[in-house]
Amino acid sequence: MYETTYHRAGSAAEAADLLAKADDGKILGGGQTLLPTMKQRLAAPSDLVDVTQIAEMKGICADGEGVAIGAATTHAEVASNHLVKSKLPGLASLAGGIGDPAVRHMGTIGGSIANNDPAADYPSALVALGATVVTNKRELSSEDFFTGMFETALEEDEVVQSVKFPGAQKSAYAKYPNPASRYAMAGVFVAQGSDGAVKVAVTGAGQDGVFRMNDMEAALGSNWSADAVSGIAPNADDLLSDLHGSAAYRANLVTVMAKRAVAAAG
Amino acid sequence: MAVEGIGARALRKEDKRFITGKGKYTDDMTMPGMGYAAFVRSPHAHAKVTGIDAAAALAMPGVDAVLTGDQLVGDGIGNLICGWMIHSKDGTPMKMGGWRALEPEIVRHVGQAVAVVIADTQAQARDAADAVVVDYEELDAVVDPLDALKDGAPQLHPEAEGNLIFDWEIGDEAATNEAFEKAAHVTKMEIHNNRLVPNPMEPRAALAGYDDAEEHYTLYTTSQNPHVARLVLSAFYAVAPEHKLRVIAPDVGGGFGSKIYIYPEEMVCLWASKRVGRPVKWVSDRTEAFLTDAHGRDHRSEAELALDADNKILGFRVKTVANIGAYMSLFSSSVPTYLYATLLSGQYDIPAIHANVKAVYTNTTPVDAYRGAGRPEATYLVERMMETASREVGLSPAEFRRKNFIRAFPHQTPVIMCYDAGDYDATLDAALKAADYDGFAARKAEAASRGKLRGIGLSCYIEACGIAPSAAVGSLGAGVGLWESAEVRVNPVGTIEVLTGSHSHGQGHETTFAQLISERFGLDTDSVSIVHGDTDKVQFGMGTYGSRSGAVGMSAIVKALDKVESKAKKIAAHLMEAAEGDIQIEGGELKVAGTDKKLTFTEVALAAYTAHNLPEGMEPGLKEGAFYDPTNFTFPAGTYVCEVEIDPETGKTEIVNFTAADDFGKIINPMIVEGQVHGGITQGIGQALLENAAYDEGGQLLTASYMDYTMPRADDVPSYQLSTHVTECPGNPLGMKGCGEAGALGSPPAVINAITDALGANALTMPATPERVWALAQSGMKQAAE
Ligand SMILES: Cc1cc2nc3c(=O)[nH]c(=O)nc-3n(C[C@H](O)[C@H](O)[C@H](O)COP(=O)(O)OP(=O)(O)OC[C@H]3O[C@@H](n4cnc5c(N)ncnc54)[C@H](O)[C@@H]3O)c2cc1C
Repeated sequence: MYETTYHRAGSAAEAADLLAKADDGKILGGGQTLLPTMKQRLAAPSDLVDVTQIAEMKGICADGEGVAIGAATTHAEVASNHLVKSKLPGLASLAGGIGDPAVRHMGTIGGSIANNDPAADYPSALVALGATVVTNKRELSSEDFFTGMFETALEEDEVVQSVKFPGAQKSAYAKYPNPASRYAMAGVFVAQGSDGAVKVAVTGAGQDGVFRMNDMEAALGSNWSADAVSGIAPNADDLLSDLHGSAAYRANLVTVMAKRAVAAAG
Repeated sequence: MAVEGIGARALRKEDKRFITGKGKYTDDMTMPGMGYAAFVRSPHAHAKVTGIDAAAALAMPGVDAVLTGDQLVGDGIGNLICGWMIHSKDGTPMKMGGWRALEPEIVRHVGQAVAVVIADTQAQARDAADAVVVDYEELDAVVDPLDALKDGAPQLHPEAEGNLIFDWEIGDEAATNEAFEKAAHVTKMEIHNNRLVPNPMEPRAALAGYDDAEEHYTLYTTSQNPHVARLVLSAFYAVAPEHKLRVIAPDVGGGFGSKIYIYPEEMVCLWASKRVGRPVKWVSDRTEAFLTDAHGRDHRSEAELALDADNKILGFRVKTVANIGAYMSLFSSSVPTYLYATLLSGQYDIPAIHANVKAVYTNTTPVDAYRGAGRPEATYLVERMMETASREVGLSPAEFRRKNFIRAFPHQTPVIMCYDAGDYDATLDAALKAADYDGFAARKAEAASRGKLRGIGLSCYIEACGIAPSAAVGSLGAGVGLWESAEVRVNPVGTIEVLTGSHSHGQGHETTFAQLISERFGLDTDSVSIVHGDTDKVQFGMGTYGSRSGAVGMSAIVKALDKVESKAKKIAAHLMEAAEGDIQIEGGELKVAGTDKKLTFTEVALAAYTAHNLPEGMEPGLKEGAFYDPTNFTFPAGTYVCEVEIDPETGKTEIVNFTAADDFGKIINPMIVEGQVHGGITQGIGQALLENAAYDEGGQLLTASYMDYTMPRADDVPSYQLSTHVTECPGNPLGMKGCGEAGALGSPPAVINAITDALGANALTMPATPERVWALAQSGMKQAAE
């Protein structure tokens, strides 16, 4: 690891301020992605601004029919929170399947979405549930927030403060893990919103990160059943292909995971 | 603790320190004033080094020195060696290219060291290593061993034309060809044994210090065989004479073979410690471990099996290309030859075998022995062939094997080995019964009702452990003898230290070896300590690998104990005025048979050291040493049965049942043996389903971290059903065979045989990743539909 200066911010405003002042500053969430990258000497931020001790950025509360989750809330808290479990069971189960217990007790939702790893789980939930990302500057729809592989709409000195999830009638997530990293090779989040609208979002498989499966959404809109999606697959040309899975294999996994998510949602 | 002798499930004495974080590993060691080394490594698989500019690095804070290959060569430090000479079938010696610990001219694999920075802290050393500017002129690289043999392939070493190191053969080619002419059926397969990265939990490390007043070096290092390390560093690399070099391998966190060898980094630390005038520490990071720890396996083979009309095997013909990597590591030449092809007879009576092995240089990390070393490659080949042949001729896999088992011992195979004892029916029957083989059809039908494909596969492996005897391995090209040493020191108060030339890095020697003494004298295992891993304390020894510490190492201890016992009895007989033959040792006491006269072991030990009243002419003290050179290998064997369930939609394989029936000969501590089998099978399942060292065409290792290299985890494996069936080894005093590698070599074919059984398709290479299994399941379903 290269030398760096560590700051612990007391408020979101202070974090933004420290970030703006730093030469090449970075927010530090749970450090589960950033620190390994620094240890491998692939990143060398001059300053780290730790946001995990900021009270206003932590915790989960009801937000209308849905929930609002502070950006510095850990995966373990999301997985075990009673509000999330009762209102958005798909989101709780997604968080409970990220990494291992050590990762889940350190990693945060803000860090995960800011990083926007194409194989990360959360982006699919945000998109399928129509969540809103709240930063120190603005509110962004999740589809505007995620702009491509490891890319988001965040500006240099912008801090994610919370994520607001509306309520949903049904939600479920099915993930096929990469055998080595256990990130998603194909993860499909299916949701039926309070208004009855169906959304299907896929992570792990797309070349540009999370994407929606419009065909599946239409099919499920008229017939909410695993059978409705069993014949629908994304175009393999748009999918990732690597050591662990070709695009064709991932296309198959998207169909299979969609079926399983629909079945799990009931 | 208690008196816990042979057969006791004694808890591991060493675990208290390991599980409380009190183990002392090389990285825990310090020397006053020590600095840290960081290596500058090649990012290219094949390139000319055209310049090294260290000026910027030397100007950085804390930096002492930047050393390069030119300085190393200038100081007379020798090339790394390969310690086993193989001759090609035309009689020419193997063609070995030079390997320098820091390469001044041409780098041949990604990660090869070209320079080293020594600085005050590890961070400073690494920062400065980044600042060393190395100019390279890239050359074409070749990573596939079959490509490396083609005309026009990039050439690695001028010594090895066409990248061919040797073209070796074993067995009777004419007799084998004749067998094929008579064959009623021939089974043919192409078999690939995937390349693995060893991944011990503790990465390699070294701490070297030089005392200029004494002209003496001390090296702490992660070694499975510190004496061999000292010998090689001294005799071949000319770092220091043996008596001026102390090598200590303290607690070592796993090796699996990868810590047998003497690598560039350890040697450079030693050399640099004198050159820079301060102790030098280096600890490998995980990326360095992936790039530089010797890899394992990597064979491409074609195999043919000839059967007669009654399905008896007539002959076996094998052609193998072994990828050696960019350089010949210490024992790399023996692995695909004498440790591999000599096991091609498996458990079967095969009249004629011929194998041809070509060893090839490629621009990849060097390959050497890894848990099993050659024997897993042989077992995988033989057992895939057996299962496939049985399917082709329509016999059950068990029946086909039974038809061909060896049943009379000793049995001389056509490939050097002479099996001394075994009962292959016993382990096959036991495994089939424990696995409820007969109930499989019902389980398969039940799984099908859940949409799952269920399959079952067998593997009847044979192992050759405790590589020996020294004269025989010497005649086959080994540069070392393969005996072991022991010294038993009884202290004046009757406690005992056993110094062994073997080395424990996870095997539990401190417990099992103590059990031997406990058994012999009826002493508490707590009154025994096992000393190993320090060339200043322990007499010369050969270290631990090849499941040799039991069969060879403990046999040496037994020989030393015999001498101690004999002397103790003489003293006791003298003190109690009895005949030596009447003295019996029981429960920590020496008794005169048929009387109530007795002395405690402590009293006899004390008498040996006070020397007030010893038999006429007897030397004082109670300490004996022994060297043991075995008469033969030992031959553990067994049957593994694997049962899998496959999700045809995703290709995910679940191992639902794994049964092992092993014959390890006499067992000292069943709990430790089970631990070895658990670890071995898990490693084998790792190879079969998960692990693969993959390179891209340019020679970059694609799987250089745990993000891409899949290690087996607890949820990848089931609870194992184990049993053991003893035929004692006639070749050593304890009747032991060895258990350290069996699991890793017996399990991969069982897993792949089970998956191919479930799929009804045979074209599957390891690792059987979900994608590969899915693709094969898809093609099977397509075929079924057509
Ligand atoms: C072994 C392992 C397994 C894992 N498995 C999975 C998995 O299965 N699925 C999965 O989805 N993820 C997985 N992860 C990643 C994990 O979920 C991380 O927690 C997550 O990617 C990053 O969150 P973090 O809080 O640790 O962020 P950090 O690592 O601290 O930061 C990541 C990035 O986000 C930025 N950042 C952090 N917080 C904010 C904020 N509030 N506002 C703006 N920018 C911010 C940082 O500057 C940095 O660029 C795994 C990680 C590990 C180590």
